[in-house]
Order: sequence, then C-alpha cells, then structure tokens
Amino acid sequence: MAKTAISLTVNGEKVEALVEPRTLLIHFLREQLSLTGAHIGCETSHCGACTVDMDGQSVKSCTVFAVQADGADLRTIEGLAAPDGTLHALQNAFREWHGLQCGFCTPGMIMRAWRLLQENPHPSEAEIRFGIAGNLCRCTGYQNIVHAISAAAATLAGASKEAAE
Amino acid sequence: MIPAAFTYHRPRTVPDALALLGAHPEEARAIAGGHSLIPMMKLRLATPGHLVDLGAIAALKGIREEGGAWVLGATTTQAELIAHAGLARVLPILRETALQIADPQVRARGTVGGNVANGDPGNDMPAVMLCLDAVLEVAGRGGARTIRARAFYRGAFATALAAGEIVTAIRIPAPPAKAGAAYVKLKRKTGDYATAAAAAMLSLEGGRIARCAIALTNVAPMALLAEAAAAGLIGAVPGAAAFAAAAAAAEAIADPAADGHGPADYRRRMAGVMVRRALAAAAERAGG
Ligand SMILES: Cc1cc2nc3c(=O)[nH]c(=O)nc-3n(C[C@H](O)[C@H](O)[C@H](O)COP(=O)(O)OP(=O)(O)OC[C@H]3O[C@@H](n4cnc5c(N)ncnc54)[C@H](O)[C@@H]3O)c2cc1C
Ligand code: FES
Ligand code: FES
Repeated sequence: MAKTAISLTVNGEKVEALVEPRTLLIHFLREQLSLTGAHIGCETSHCGACTVDMDGQSVKSCTVFAVQADGADLRTIEGLAAPDGTLHALQNAFREWHGLQCGFCTPGMIMRAWRLLQENPHPSEAEIRFGIAGNLCRCTGYQNIVHAISAAAATLAGASKEAAE
Repeated sequence: MIPAAFTYHRPRTVPDALALLGAHPEEARAIAGGHSLIPMMKLRLATPGHLVDLGAIAALKGIREEGGAWVLGATTTQAELIAHAGLARVLPILRETALQIADPQVRARGTVGGNVANGDPGNDMPAVMLCLDAVLEVAGRGGARTIRARAFYRGAFATALAAGEIVTAIRIPAPPAKAGAAYVKLKRKTGDYATAAAAAMLSLEGGRIARCAIALTNVAPMALLAEAAAAGLIGAVPGAAAFAAAAAAAEAIADPAADGHGPADYRRRMAGVMVRRALAAAAERAGG
C-alpha cells in the first residue's frame, strides 16, 4: 500500500514520516516513533490507556488514523516532565498519592488529567470523576487517582498564584 | 485489530468531497469523527477502499443562528456543541444529550452529523432530532436537498441518504414559547449505548399541554417517533396520570431486541420509564 507523508509536532518536536493510511495513531507513536508511553489496552475505544493530547483535546489514539494527525500538535506522557527530568505536578501527585498500582492505565490517565486541569483548573471530585470517565483502571478503584488529580490541581493553582505575585 | 487498507482523501470543500465519493461509488465512505466507523473498520465490518475525511472542510463546521432556527454544521463535535453557551440557552436538550454520549475523548472527536447519519439505533442524537423536528441539509452531486429527520430513518443503518450524498448541516427550529425538553437515558456504565432512552418536548398553554413530541432511542431497529403517545397528551394537564398513559403508548411501539442490555420486555418497560421521566422533566422546564 502506498504510504502518505505526514508532518506533525510531537512533544514540541517536528516529525516527518511516511505512514500507511490505515496505521492507527497509537501504532505510529509506539512502533515508528518508539514512544511507548501510551498503551494499547482494549483496542476498542473504551479504556483510554492510549489517550494522548491532540490539538488541545484528549483523544484515544487507537481511534484516530495517523494520517488524520497530519499538521497536528501532539503531546504524549513522554512530553510531560520538564526537559531536565523534573516531573510534572500530576506525575508527582500520582506518586505521592499512590494513584497507580500496575501503572498500565497511568500514561493515559495522566494525559487526560493534564487536559482536564486546563479545561477546569479547580474541578470538584464529581467533575474529576466525570472528566476521567473515558479512562479505565483495573487496579486502584479510582479513589487515589481522584485524590492525586485534586492534589495536583491545588499544587498548580499555588504555583500560578506564586507566579502572579 | 488493524483495518483493511484504503486510500485516504482529505478534501477542503464539499464539491471536492462529493466528487471523490462519486468517483468511487462502491468503495468510498465519508469519515467524520471516526468514532463509529473506525471501530467497525478495525473489526472489518467496514472495509471501504477510499476514505473521504470531512474534517478539513471549513463549510461543514460551526454553530449559528439563522432566521430563528439553529444550524449545526455536520462536523461540529459533541464537545463543541456542549461548549456553545448560546445553543445551551435556547436548546439545552442538545447539550444534555451530548453529555450522555460516551466520555470526553469520544465527544472530542465524534460529530453531530456522524451521529445523525450513522443510522445506528443506539446513537442518541437521532431521537432528539425526531423530537425537535430537525431538518437535515444534504448535498449530493445532483445538488442540495433537505430531509426531515422524521423521514430520514428507514431501519438499522438504513437512511434516506442516497449513495454519494452527505449531511452538511442540521437545522433545528427554535422551540415554541413556554416549552421544555429533556433527554433521559438508562445505561449501565459510561461508554454504553442506551438500554432505553427517551426525548420529550412539550409546551404549555393555560396549564395544559399544547404541543408535545416524544421519541425513543435503541428500542427498535431505528429511533422512533412516539406519535400516539404525544398526541394523547394534547390538552392534558401535565402530571403522573397523563404521563403514565403516554408511557404505555410508547411501550406499545417499542420493539427492542434481547441483548446484553437485558431481555426485550425489560427494555420495553424501561422505554416507558424513560418517557415518564423525560416528560416530567420537560414539564418542569416548561414551567408546569
Ligand atoms: C466507546 C464509545 C462509546 C460510544 N457511545 C455512544 C453513545 O452512548 N451514544 C451515541 O450516540 N454514540 C456513541 N458512540 C458513537 C459516537 O458518538 C460516534 O462519534 C458517532 O456515532 C458517529 O459520529 P462520527 O463523527 O464519529 O462518525 P464516523 O464514525 O466518522 O461515521 C459514522 C458513519 O456515518 C457516516 N457519516 C459521518 N458523517 C457523515 C455526514 N456528514 N454525512 C453522511 N454520512 C456521514 C460515515 O460514512 C459512517 O458510515 C460511542 C463511540 C465509542 C467509541
Ligand atoms: S486502547 Fe484505545 S481506548 Fe483502549
Ligand atoms: S493502575 Fe493498573 S490499571 Fe490502573
């Protein structure tokens, strides 16, 4: 099958690649770019383990063709920590609050939470649960994930208040 | 789960999209949000040879008010619909419905036009469009035409669209004065299609129901307009007795399959319950 040239931005870096039209974005990220943070859980658009950020929205990358991401600005879990390795507030909070057990859902969960906190910087517990409803976790029972996201929201709010002062 | 190979097209205009669909009549399929089509392609239940992506066509996007009606561009996503404050003020039932579709990631990609055109009886927007008497604007190589939502659905995945036609917009008349509407859905969990769901709209005059429409989701091969149920309410005082009669009339036309959502009889009864709840919420919102 003929390949199509795409060019996009992934974690701030320009990427040019050739893809088969039927290649799903998750396979492109994992197999062509070796960004294996986003996971394949269900392959049926339910679990959210494959969640990445595309043009300012959380998407399930198993349900987008890589050709559809031509021109897009993508962020994956690999692009969340600072260049010097300092973890993002969400990553710290997940560690602190034990927001993971096996960790399989975590990259998708954190990327979804990252977008959620930009859409709504001060979510209530109910808003967090509604906002992460497309991400399944088979281990934690969600309680600590919700705590972690709340804690990260507070940290980020404190940081932005400090920056403003 | 890798879809069969296809050629990908990303036209910028409606005429270009129609030309591409027309050039490959047997093989081409439109793709909007892809959140019904890509899952079907992964399962190889759909194997289009050409995919015509509607996502880059500016003319298909956006929400606007026009001559008292609200016009939703076909590729307006559920997320964009939810975020539109003006629409939420006049037709809050659309936002209420969109919020009950799947999860944030699905709503970020899935479009209103795709939801309406797909023809899956599990989709939530068709019943709402039947209830609100929406008109679909359709374009084909032969020109443009309009189809009432109430004349659009023919059966499971069967619609009035001719080969090569696409839905370009959905036009929703402004609701009458003193009207209220609601969409109530029973589902087992996030990401599930409805066990049963109902859309209801009614308006009041002098404490009685002056106009009413009711439609049902996922209890037949296609969304159903419950005409007798609604007709029986005209002139009635809104309340439990009137709504129970309407629910019974709606149950009488429901013909659900027994499946993972439950036995057929249970789903039929749930359709009645959803109708009662939707009517009660609509009446409250209408000021009754
Ligand atoms: C996990 C999950 C849960 C879901 N739950 C629900 C739910 O509870 N309720 C619900 O309603 N939906 C649900 N959906 C489906 C989702 O809402 C889809 O987005 C929607 O059904 C189709 O819209 P789309 O834009 O994604 O269309 P696509 O998948 O791109 O297209 C679907 C079909 O419509 C055709 N089509 C698309 N746009 C047009 C157009 N403008 N003109 C003509 N034909 C067109 C395509 O050719 C295709 O045949 C769910 C999806 C997933 C993945
Ligand atoms: S792998 Fe994409 S939603 Fe589960
Ligand atoms: S930590 Fe194991 S699936 Fe969430």
